[in-house]
Amino acid sequence: MAYLVLLASILLFIVVMSLIYRVLSLVKIANKTSNERVGFSNKVHAALFPLFFVVGFGLIIWYSGVAKQYFLPEAASEHGVRTDFLFWVTMAIICTAFLITHVLLFFFPYLYQYRENRKAYYYPHNDKLEVVWTTIPAVVMAILVFSGYVVWSDITAESPKDATVIEILGKQFNWHVRYPGLDGQLGAYNYKKIDATNSMGVDFKDPKSLDDFMPREIHLPKGKPVRLQIRARDVIHSVFMPHFRVKMDAVPGMQTTFWFIPTKTTEEMRKELNNPNFNYELACTEVCGGGHFAMRMLIIVEEPEKFETWVKEQEPWAKQNKEYLASLGINYDKLVASKK
Amino acid sequence: MSAVELHAHTDTHSHEHHEHRELNFIQKYIFSTDHKIIAKQFLITGLIWALIGGLLSLVFRLQLGFPGADLSFLKPFLGHWITESGKLHQEFYLAAVTMHGTIMVFFVLTAGLSGTFSNFLIPLQIGARDMASGFLNMLSYWFFFLSSVVMLISLFLETGPAAGGWVIYPPLSALPQAISGSGLGMTLWLVSMALFIVSSLLGGINYITTVINLRTEGMSFTKLPLTIWAFFITAIIGVLSFPVLLSAALLLIFDRSFGTSFYLSEIYIGGEALPNVGGSPILFQHLFWFLGHPEVYIVLLPALGITSEIIATNSRKPIFGYRAMIGSILGIAFLSFIVWAHHMFVTGMNPFLGSIFMFLTLIIAVPSAVKAFNYITTLWKGNIIFTPAMLFSIGLVSLFISGGLTGIILGNAALDIQLHDTYFVVAHFHLVMGAASFFGMIAGIYHWFPKMFGRMMNDKLGYLHFWLTFVGAYLVFFPMHYIGIAGFPRRYYSWTNFDAFNTFHDLNAFISVAAIITVAAQLIFAFNFFYSMFYGKLAPANPWRSNTLEWTTPRFPKHGNWEGPLPTVYRWPYDYSKPGAKEDFIPQNVPYSATPESNLPGEQDINLEEIDFEVVKDEQAH
Ligand code: HEM
Ligand SMILES: [Cu+2]
Ligand SMILES: [Cu+2]
Repeated sequence: MAYLVLLASILLFIVVMSLIYRVLSLVKIANKTSNERVGFSNKVHAALFPLFFVVGFGLIIWYSGVAKQYFLPEAASEHGVRTDFLFWVTMAIICTAFLITHVLLFFFPYLYQYRENRKAYYYPHNDKLEVVWTTIPAVVMAILVFSGYVVWSDITAESPKDATVIEILGKQFNWHVRYPGLDGQLGAYNYKKIDATNSMGVDFKDPKSLDDFMPREIHLPKGKPVRLQIRARDVIHSVFMPHFRVKMDAVPGMQTTFWFIPTKTTEEMRKELNNPNFNYELACTEVCGGGHFAMRMLIIVEEPEKFETWVKEQEPWAKQNKEYLASLGINYDKLVASKK
Repeated sequence: MSAVELHAHTDTHSHEHHEHRELNFIQKYIFSTDHKIIAKQFLITGLIWALIGGLLSLVFRLQLGFPGADLSFLKPFLGHWITESGKLHQEFYLAAVTMHGTIMVFFVLTAGLSGTFSNFLIPLQIGARDMASGFLNMLSYWFFFLSSVVMLISLFLETGPAAGGWVIYPPLSALPQAISGSGLGMTLWLVSMALFIVSSLLGGINYITTVINLRTEGMSFTKLPLTIWAFFITAIIGVLSFPVLLSAALLLIFDRSFGTSFYLSEIYIGGEALPNVGGSPILFQHLFWFLGHPEVYIVLLPALGITSEIIATNSRKPIFGYRAMIGSILGIAFLSFIVWAHHMFVTGMNPFLGSIFMFLTLIIAVPSAVKAFNYITTLWKGNIIFTPAMLFSIGLVSLFISGGLTGIILGNAALDIQLHDTYFVVAHFHLVMGAASFFGMIAGIYHWFPKMFGRMMNDKLGYLHFWLTFVGAYLVFFPMHYIGIAGFPRRYYSWTNFDAFNTFHDLNAFISVAAIITVAAQLIFAFNFFYSMFYGKLAPANPWRSNTLEWTTPRFPKHGNWEGPLPTVYRWPYDYSKPGAKEDFIPQNVPYSATPESNLPGEQDINLEEIDFEVVKDEQAH
């Protein structure tokens, strides 16, 4: 049935179009009076280009105003403020170039539309002009590259020694995070140790892992450097925290890292945006399968003291899963005792 | 299969072989070695693919624009990919995106564009009877055809076609456990692409050889039309970069089927730890983008070449800065090989490499800018005739600028952190490579249709087609910038899970409606194309008053192109509106000695006494 309808509409379309085609051809023959090279439509197009420009730019300006509230969601990290600034500077430059080139491109057709009694200006080249408009973009690019390079180098520099380390593991289709616990060090891991319970493959023979904890949400201290240690266990994922301007792929078999300094607590952000339901979020931006669009995790930024308290309150994963450790032949209580 | 079957001339005195004999139907239209027929085969196959690719984009645009809608009406076409509750299957969403990208980039804008116009125009514009090897050329099409068949079959598999994105990053593309499209669908994708690469190499080698060896008397490189320069350089880029994709694909095939670990390491999936260690998924990305980035220019340069020709012809002016244009083509071609890692700033690649690639990437903006300025200056003080081809060419320049400018943002590693894999990227590449190249292809069809089929397309329908498509392309792709700046990730089935991306519902619906209208507008073109092929007005010899050699052939050129001897070339192809000249164009085969009124100082035929207009230089033809 559906196919029949489709077929019928196609046939109808063809019939209607053939009629239009015939009529247009006849009109053309009838209109052909003199030996003019162009018809009236040439004037129409010549006028439509500037019209397109004016309407188009009107729409762009109007809608940019409407959409401004969503542009680059409020930056909440130190480097984010810098990249946003660079973004808007670059945007201003390209908008200028856009405007100039399009004014020329859309008004020249109007100005220089075909006229029977005019001859085009034979103007094959002008080396001076070429040099000028090669140099100007080159200089602008050089400035942009340099400022981009400075910011990029700072962002990708070694993280400060005192950074809070958080391990993030991407898997189909959610995230797992691990904090180093009170000793400040993450225990070792091995992908062969992954199973249904130990989803991050933590090696509990490593005493450092005994106090590691794995919360369901990410907590971050405001104003302190945070280093993400990122890995994946099945396919590539990508850690994306839009408000912090953080993005880094999670790659199986290879650890990646990204560090940054959050600058606004969740509470502050709620006040600033006037949205009591606001939350920072973590999303995935590398296609990883059917559930790619649903890999959400909540992020909470708090004052450092509150963060410290939260860390102390967390129970180590190993403590919560003593039986599991026992099944691996590890006695949690004994190990903890010996560690002390 | 091709609609050229009904081509209405029966006198087939082929110039191809030494004996005059009738070619039967199959030799003439199916397994033809005539570059013109092969071009049409590429064209029509490419157009069919464009239709499929466009329809696929509507499927996922419906999902994005109307996430809650009941899509049961698609069930007759998509079968079990529409769930019980009338929703699009999540994995099929990704499959549709993947197939759309693959089809558009490779089948439409590589094979459909280069395959058509390099084949059609190279011999005609350089004054050759055919390609260097008609047989390889025929093979090139048939490899493409096979490749198309394999890809088409993969669309109908139970487990679906490849679904890991057109860039097929492993491990996702290597592990059927990860997504069902990585099963047989991915195998067929790889087989199809391997065939495609063979086709592309056969074609490319032929184009290069032909341009170097078969230029007619007087057609030096500095007299080549910019179309040929663009096709020539494109072919060189393709020949250098496609083999790298082939090797990437081969290693992937090994990983998938023979247990190697080139790209796989430390993976736990489907409840088991895989034995593979030591591989690197990043290696694949380097190999892929070593082709992938030049590929962008493989689709774009021919479109720019076509535009140069059309803008000069219809402005009735020489292209401004002919040598600068060639220089920028060469510059872009060279640089396109050393910028690939700008796709990988946030993959965990060494940040210092990121700095290097940022630098190289922003350099490529310079020759691109030069091209844009030169197009605009060509319009300046012209005497512009708006043929449908000209409209699409002006549209192309606009889209090329709009899309190219955002590349300056994305090429900046610090800014790419936020924008990578968001809709900002989708907006950027659709404008600069998708829409711009598509416009180039359409412009080329309108411009050379009279030469291809001996008839004219209806211009009024062409005008309508242009304005709907031009406005439509901007309405579809420009708003994607806003969505991208707001951070919306691409390849998302739906954004409603996130507070951050739970806005712009209206805008997304708007884009989808605009996309439906824009795709529908292409039906006007399809009709115009096929109808004019049979019923269009017969074309005059040189409908656009153009200078290039193809317009010196008969209305229905036979195999061999010129009836008598090959034309000789005396001048560059852009002598439009030359001061003093009687007409506003002087074709390339008119000697300076015939135009004393318009010759500039120093312009005279080289070795005048040696030139004998009656010399038959093509003994091989008879
Ligand atoms: C009406 C025309 C088109 C529409 C509405 C459209 C729309 C889209 C959208 C929305 C996406 C992103 C989907 C997602 O990330 O979830 C996409 C992806 C893509 N499109 Fe188009 N597109 C069109 C034409 C083209 C053309 C002409 C090209 C040729 C270059 C093209 C090439 C691509 C590529 C390469 C991708 C990426 C596929 C991937 O992510 O693997 N598209 N298209
Ligand atoms: Cu994902
Ligand atoms: Cu690139």
